[in-house]
Amino acid sequence: MESAETATNYRDEQSRVEAVKRGAVAGFPIVLGYLPIAIAYGVLAKQSGLTTFETTMMSVLVFAGAAQFMAANMIAQGALFLQIVIATFVLNFRHFVMSMSFMNKVRSLPLKWKFGLSIGLTDETFAVSSLNGEESKKKHGMYFFASLILVAYFSWVFGSFLGAMIGDALPATLSDSMGIALYAMFIGLLIPSVKKEWRVGVIALVAMSINYLLMEQISLDVGWAIVVSTILASLLGIGLLKEDES
Amino acid sequence: MIMAIIIGMAIVTMVPRFIPSFIMEKITLRPWLNRWLNAIPFAALGALVFPGIMSVIPDQPWIGLLGGIVATVIALFNLNVIFAVVGAILTVFLLTM
Repeated sequence: MESAETATNYRDEQSRVEAVKRGAVAGFPIVLGYLPIAIAYGVLAKQSGLTTFETTMMSVLVFAGAAQFMAANMIAQGALFLQIVIATFVLNFRHFVMSMSFMNKVRSLPLKWKFGLSIGLTDETFAVSSLNGEESKKKHGMYFFASLILVAYFSWVFGSFLGAMIGDALPATLSDSMGIALYAMFIGLLIPSVKKEWRVGVIALVAMSINYLLMEQISLDVGWAIVVSTILASLLGIGLLKEDES
Repeated sequence: MIMAIIIGMAIVTMVPRFIPSFIMEKITLRPWLNRWLNAIPFAALGALVFPGIMSVIPDQPWIGLLGGIVATVIALFNLNVIFAVVGAILTVFLLTM
């Protein structure tokens, strides 16, 4: 009896470690995409007049790439506190929409875990986590998501610090080329879902078209454009998607 | 002063991220709302890729587009996401050399 219990515990222990490992593997493409961008952010923030400490702390506390680039630029131009904070809110409000979707998917997890995971949601961690949504139904699923998010988080913080320390050390053509990394990751995440279910591709293409119209034709703020096109295009899912799809 | 800006940014970023964890704890959704929320990742991926991908090399939108096409083709072969990422980086690197 006792040995059977030990065996069960041992198996649970294993699967927790496995969940952490699989989460880290799933998060690795994000690391590859984050590092060069974080370094570029570190360089820019330093040039904008932030100290190495401030540059790194912004990554620690905010953890939102596009908003951090914008803030560094605005600080360099002498923008006011309220202007920067409001612009950040607008740019990052899309995470509210993403979090609604992800929190619905992982609703079986305990609240304290959901709270922790939600704070670590970026475009990238949201995308990878959502497309691995079935992990939430597995035992120790929360460790999978936590590990994925933490791997991404530390690469972002570490890259920012590195950028602030070493300055412009990457050759320009290399860092320019690496700007495509996160876009390629988004495509690489999307295509397998489209192959499984073509309707998903329709939703993505409609979102692209709406976003293009909003940004290029009526010059809507990029933050609002992504929020509006995501909400409108996902409405199609009500008619197109079946119940079990996630 | 910069630390105050950073803390302000942290708050307005964090709050919209965690509010849904409390909302979803309280309510259960009708099936059509579930389908809507399940579609959000795919809509968001579309919106995040386009037209942003055209600004990878700001004055040459076609370079970003070609990188995206290479990533698409690699992804169609069911390879790991990493290969799509590396393939796209190489494409842009070679085109900007």
